[in-house]
Amino acid sequence: MQADKKILAALALTTLAGTVQAADEVVVYSSRIDELIKPVFDRYTAKTGVQVKFITDKEAPLMQRIKAEGENGVADLLITVDAGNLWQAEQMGILQPIESKVIDANIPPQYRSSSHAWTGLSLRARTIVYSTDRVKPEELSTYEALAEPNWEARLCLRSSKKVYNQSLTATLLEAHGAEKTEAIVKGWVNNLATDPFADDNAVILAVDAGQCDVGIVNTYYYGRLHQENPGLRAKLFWPNQADRGVHVNLSGVGLTKHAPHAEAAKKLVEWMTTPEAQGLFAEINQEYPANPQVAPSKEVAAWGSFKADTIPVEVAGKRQAEAIRLMDRAGWN
Amino acid sequence: MAHSAQRRWYPLAATIAALVLLPLSVLLLSWSEVDGEIWRHLWDTQMSRLLGNTLTLVLGVGVGVSLLGVSLAWLTALCEFPGRKWLDWALMLPFAIPAYVLAFVFVGLLDFSGPVQSLLREWFGSGLRLPRVRSTGGVILVLVLVFYPYVYLLARTAFLAQGRGLMEAARVLGLSPWQAFWKVALPVARPAIGAGVALALMETLADFGAVAVFNFDTFTTAIYKTWYGFYSLSGATQLASLLLLAVMLLLYGERRARGASRPGNERARTAALYQLRGGRALAACAWCGLVFLCAFVVPVLQLLAWFWQRGRFDLDERYVGLILHTLYLGALAALITVALAMLLAFARRLAPTRRMQALVGLANLGYALPGSVLAVSIMLAFSYLDNHLVIPLSASLGGAGKPLLLGSLGALLLAYLIRFMAVAHGPLESSLARIRPSLPEASRSLGVGGVTLFRRVYLPLLVPGTLSAALLVFVDVLKEMPATLLMRPFGWDTLSVRVFEMTSEGEWARAALPALTLVLVGLLPVIGLIRRSARRYG
Repeated sequence: MQADKKILAALALTTLAGTVQAADEVVVYSSRIDELIKPVFDRYTAKTGVQVKFITDKEAPLMQRIKAEGENGVADLLITVDAGNLWQAEQMGILQPIESKVIDANIPPQYRSSSHAWTGLSLRARTIVYSTDRVKPEELSTYEALAEPNWEARLCLRSSKKVYNQSLTATLLEAHGAEKTEAIVKGWVNNLATDPFADDNAVILAVDAGQCDVGIVNTYYYGRLHQENPGLRAKLFWPNQADRGVHVNLSGVGLTKHAPHAEAAKKLVEWMTTPEAQGLFAEINQEYPANPQVAPSKEVAAWGSFKADTIPVEVAGKRQAEAIRLMDRAGWN
Repeated sequence: MAHSAQRRWYPLAATIAALVLLPLSVLLLSWSEVDGEIWRHLWDTQMSRLLGNTLTLVLGVGVGVSLLGVSLAWLTALCEFPGRKWLDWALMLPFAIPAYVLAFVFVGLLDFSGPVQSLLREWFGSGLRLPRVRSTGGVILVLVLVFYPYVYLLARTAFLAQGRGLMEAARVLGLSPWQAFWKVALPVARPAIGAGVALALMETLADFGAVAVFNFDTFTTAIYKTWYGFYSLSGATQLASLLLLAVMLLLYGERRARGASRPGNERARTAALYQLRGGRALAACAWCGLVFLCAFVVPVLQLLAWFWQRGRFDLDERYVGLILHTLYLGALAALITVALAMLLAFARRLAPTRRMQALVGLANLGYALPGSVLAVSIMLAFSYLDNHLVIPLSASLGGAGKPLLLGSLGALLLAYLIRFMAVAHGPLESSLARIRPSLPEASRSLGVGGVTLFRRVYLPLLVPGTLSAALLVFVDVLKEMPATLLMRPFGWDTLSVRVFEMTSEGEWARAALPALTLVLVGLLPVIGLIRRSARRYG
């Protein structure tokens, strides 16, 4: 009997040994894909010796997993590509605040959660792309103006199922209220040259190929395509410079509520806001560093500077459901 | 006495069914809270369009895969025409191409900004407007081209296994080839064809990857919108349980239509029955060749072109790991799933009671759910077990009290088992159905029973069906995305994970490398299987 117990305990211990975590590691659930985040982690490991283990998936399943794992969670950090998701994670109660002077000093307040539950790491401007053949930049002014009849059958949009468009619509809701926003979105839908696309790349390529004259895309997609093909017959335009500014979203990180390595994770987040890591974010994916002391990459700098919307990005999360319902009503598929 | 022998199968079938019940109970529990606002919104603005789209898709794909699968199987299995020998196996190759890959290849190749239309505009002027690729017809075409192999594979096996006696009798009785097809071959092969069509339609209903590339909204889209957009997992699982209901009706219909299956002749045919000549031979060759061209050659060439443009710069030593992980998971999952599916098929045959039918039906339901919903249900079930069973238990034994199930390899394999049980069950059951009960009865009367009976009588006759089942599961696991993404252990990235990461950024050209590797890795077993079945049937 006694022997049996010992064997059982030994068995349990050996099977568990594999999951006992080493002290100097951080575990990340990331919806930023491998190649856009691994170089950052690799640099950190080379510098500090701290191992970073991660898996990638879409936000919703990762957040659900953190919630399900609860107190026995293995993840320390959640990295997403949209502030709306981070806001949702905060609402789900799966994050804990990170109080850090380093982060506060590095990242401007509108790109952080007001309750310190998460912080932005890189910024993503969602702006207008136009055909250099058929559109003069003087014809463009604001997102709202793309709903005017003169753009009929000339606009290309991505699917409304992508969170980037939901966040953009959410900020329109914040700025204009429901009625006016619905009129704007309906105007966009009326002006579509073809059915919405599955991704931003397709929108830019459609503008380049002449299927449509204008579109709304995240800048880094343009950056990638433009680097591949410098002859791209499409350019970026910064709208709403006379009022709110360009819609900016962010990719950011939150500390999970039951993080097993909270201290080590906090150090990693702090480091990711420093110029060294921010430079990596800027270079890998043509995004704008969230730390204003760090310059964007050469390609990005060439697009010129712009005034960004200073609306707190949390709005994207708060009004996401409302935005989706509005887009559905307007027939934006 | 027969009764007690039957009863022996219950615990086994019940255990396997219970595995599937784990995630399904998560679905049912989701009905405890209903968010009326989301339902009203979906009903008011989305449902009529989504249901219309879904119905069109199911009808289109159903008709398409039946036509393609049966006609191709008939031609290659029973006729002789130039090129038949290699088309016979080549037509199975498209099975290695995941639906989402064929979707992005077609859209990338044929959409307005793609190379084909760009070239045509260069020749004929920019005013040229061609039919849209991103349309209902386009989605149906892509899904038919990726899912017809289910029908082809099963129908071909059935036609081959019908043996020469049956068809020769038809000929002797004066039936034309056409009459023989309709009156003899088709009715006998109907269980297999039905199983193939059912698999294709379940895939269609659960598909999200391919329809997302086309931005074609189906019922599954509503499920994802509810979860990813409204963050209502319970709403999403409620919708998914409705989808499940629809699939259960579909399966029930298939079973009813199948009727009592007629056991065929086990003596394999050795030579082609119909020698096609002249125009007919040409037409047969052209038809098979066209399908092969569209479903395999063109997409692979496009992937190769993209690989050369972009993908080759991504190729590094990490691909060794990706390939090994993919193969390992596929092989292990195929082994486990086929073994359990075989037990279930026998349980159903040897204990053909209503209760057993219900248990077996239950065990096969995992395939009907959209991958992500099933994955998250399994994940929730496992983490519940971890939190309420594994951790307290290990803590009381002095262990570390850490979760064991979630994030382990075993959990991922279990997820595959739950998802792909139906895929293995279909071919096994239909090949078991072709074995006349008189055969094992005769063996028993000669004193051969139990394991010996299985090894010497059943197994040789079940080899083709077993191989088909293993192949289907293996390749399906290779292509599987949502469960792999959500439940893979750290560091266990597979090829499909890499495809997901690239396509999620719209980087189709760069997704070509992992996609092409996936196709190549999937091809090896397909070819192996075909060579084996070709040898078997001469």
